[in-house]
Amino acid sequence: MSDTTALVPERHEQSQDVFAATADARFADAVRSRSADAALRAGRGIGRVLARPTLLIAIVWLALVVIAAIAPNLLAPGDPLDGVPADRLQGPSAAHWFGTDQLGRDLYTRVVHGTALTLSAAGIAVAVGLVVGTLLGLLAGFVGRFVDEAVMRLADVLLAIPALLLSLAIITALGFGTINVAVAVGFASIATVSRISRSEVLRVRSSVYIDAARASGDRWGRVLFRHVLPNSAGPVLVLAVLEFAGAILAVSALSFLGYGAPPPAPEWGSLVSGGRDFLRNAWWLTTFPGLVIAATVLAANRLSRALDTEGRRTR
Amino acid sequence: MVRYVLLRLLQAVGVLWAAYTVSFLVLYALPGDPVTLLAGADATDITPAQLDALRAELGLDRPLIVQYLDQLAAVLRGDLGTSIVTGRPVTEIIGEALPPTIAIAAFALVIAVVAGAGIAIAANYTRHRWLADVLLGLPPLGVAVPAFWFGLMLIQWFSFTVPIFPAVGDRGFISLVLPAITLALPTGATIAQLLSKSLSNTLREPYVDTAWAKGASRARVHLGHALKNAALPALTVTGLIVGQLLSGTVVTETVFSRPGIGRVTAGAVQQQDVPVVQGVVLVAAIAFVLANLAVDLVAPLLDPRIVTTGARSPRRGAAAAAARPAARPASARPAASASGARPAPVASATAVSAAATTQGEPA
Repeated sequence: MSDTTALVPERHEQSQDVFAATADARFADAVRSRSADAALRAGRGIGRVLARPTLLIAIVWLALVVIAAIAPNLLAPGDPLDGVPADRLQGPSAAHWFGTDQLGRDLYTRVVHGTALTLSAAGIAVAVGLVVGTLLGLLAGFVGRFVDEAVMRLADVLLAIPALLLSLAIITALGFGTINVAVAVGFASIATVSRISRSEVLRVRSSVYIDAARASGDRWGRVLFRHVLPNSAGPVLVLAVLEFAGAILAVSALSFLGYGAPPPAPEWGSLVSGGRDFLRNAWWLTTFPGLVIAATVLAANRLSRALDTEGRRTR
Repeated sequence: MVRYVLLRLLQAVGVLWAAYTVSFLVLYALPGDPVTLLAGADATDITPAQLDALRAELGLDRPLIVQYLDQLAAVLRGDLGTSIVTGRPVTEIIGEALPPTIAIAAFALVIAVVAGAGIAIAANYTRHRWLADVLLGLPPLGVAVPAFWFGLMLIQWFSFTVPIFPAVGDRGFISLVLPAITLALPTGATIAQLLSKSLSNTLREPYVDTAWAKGASRARVHLGHALKNAALPALTVTGLIVGQLLSGTVVTETVFSRPGIGRVTAGAVQQQDVPVVQGVVLVAAIAFVLANLAVDLVAPLLDPRIVTTGARSPRRGAAAAAARPAARPASARPAASASGARPAPVASATAVSAAATTQGEPA
């Protein structure tokens, strides 16, 4: 990452014509070898993914989940709200992979079509948490002094309230619904995100290439957007995937408690709670949606861990 | 030592005040109107004038700052207000719900500590690589499984398929088992992850080599030397664990239809009973602060350096911040590398930023 930025002061020094040409050539070389490097790294990266079967499974699963969210009809062509009363409460079979519910609706179809709501809620939650948290962290890390103090003390206080209770308080104020649940979950993660992004900003700020950029006359705004933000992005991405896994858990817990989308719409959490009354005679109604949630969270956690080691390798 | 204790007490009170203020802001300053909800589905029958009267009766028509100061004064007198829905004092509602919740949370804490520490110790102790891998694979599973689903699965297996424990209700100790296991799952997984990491780090310390060289047995090195030192970092997340257990009861008590704080909370959110929700948030913050206070007071006994050198960060919640991401797999490392592990560059960066802002070019 720092190759080109490290070159900047060097080019300033060599202002004489003789050196300028060679410096330009070297600069081009560096750019070329960097793209070759990137290709090589990508190739090695794919090799490393293939070498780790659990990671491969996790990525394939997440890809399926994303497809289910974007184009549910590809995986389950049926109507999630349309039931066949004659087929009610049937166990898993070739026709109904996950069985059917008390209205004869196909559970597999409902789970697939519920992916979009759950995933978009988790996505909104992560977006809220990341945007607000990163901005606060950036502010604290960059401005420093009393702003830093204030932001970090606020984070301390938010951490004193358990995340779920904080989400519940926000839902109490905003009311029910998928969007409100998402906002509440995102808000509860702001403190953690702002802490991590702050320390990340502080780490990057103290790097030599920031000093170099400053020395070569860049203004702070430019330094912030051209150097600090891109270089703190890696750890934030790892955090984003991790927060996404946590958000799926939190969103489905809140939807299980009945604060999410109103009944006929399928959501992963509310599907589990819908099967609650049939635990004794229809085990599949709770088992399968829960397994899907657990598998997705597990896969996202695995991916986050892989990104983390990968980031560490390149840094 | 007296100064240390007083400082901690002062910080605890400060955090409580701030947490109460945050919950007030969230509950009262955000858009949303408990009065219209209280009026219910037949809100169309009620004239705006009646709504205003109701608002005046509840004191919701006054400026926010007046409501806030009024409430704060009441809280200092031990009055948490009255429930909008039932009209009963919030302290009474919470006081009634607290004992069953404490029983289940305490039981869950015991299970979580025993199982979590057991997994961590066994994974580090065993000489069989496969066993360690299996044991270390359990905590990530524990944090990925939704607690509400795990509880339902337990009911299905151990109440219906093999009827050992009652599914719902309260029939003494036996009906405490399944809810406590459900509640203990995420906490136990957190403890296992933290302790196994801390233990494997401790086992690489030089004094462990000394212990080996002196001819101490494997059990003595692991349990006598390493565990004692590895437990201290794990102790710092006590506040987090208490919070996790308390908020976990919302789901657990709903799944098992048990009375307690969690059920009260779930019901209050359902009915937008703002004073009750605020009371529960305050209780949770008190529990968090008390747990941390206890740790702060016990820690110097385990490690006297804490008082004299201030080795542990004096900031309330710093431990929780380091721990909360660690509650989920893999995140312990970004957090550690980002904050704790590199104090020197962070310090210099603060200096740089101070210099930058004095130059008159704030970002």
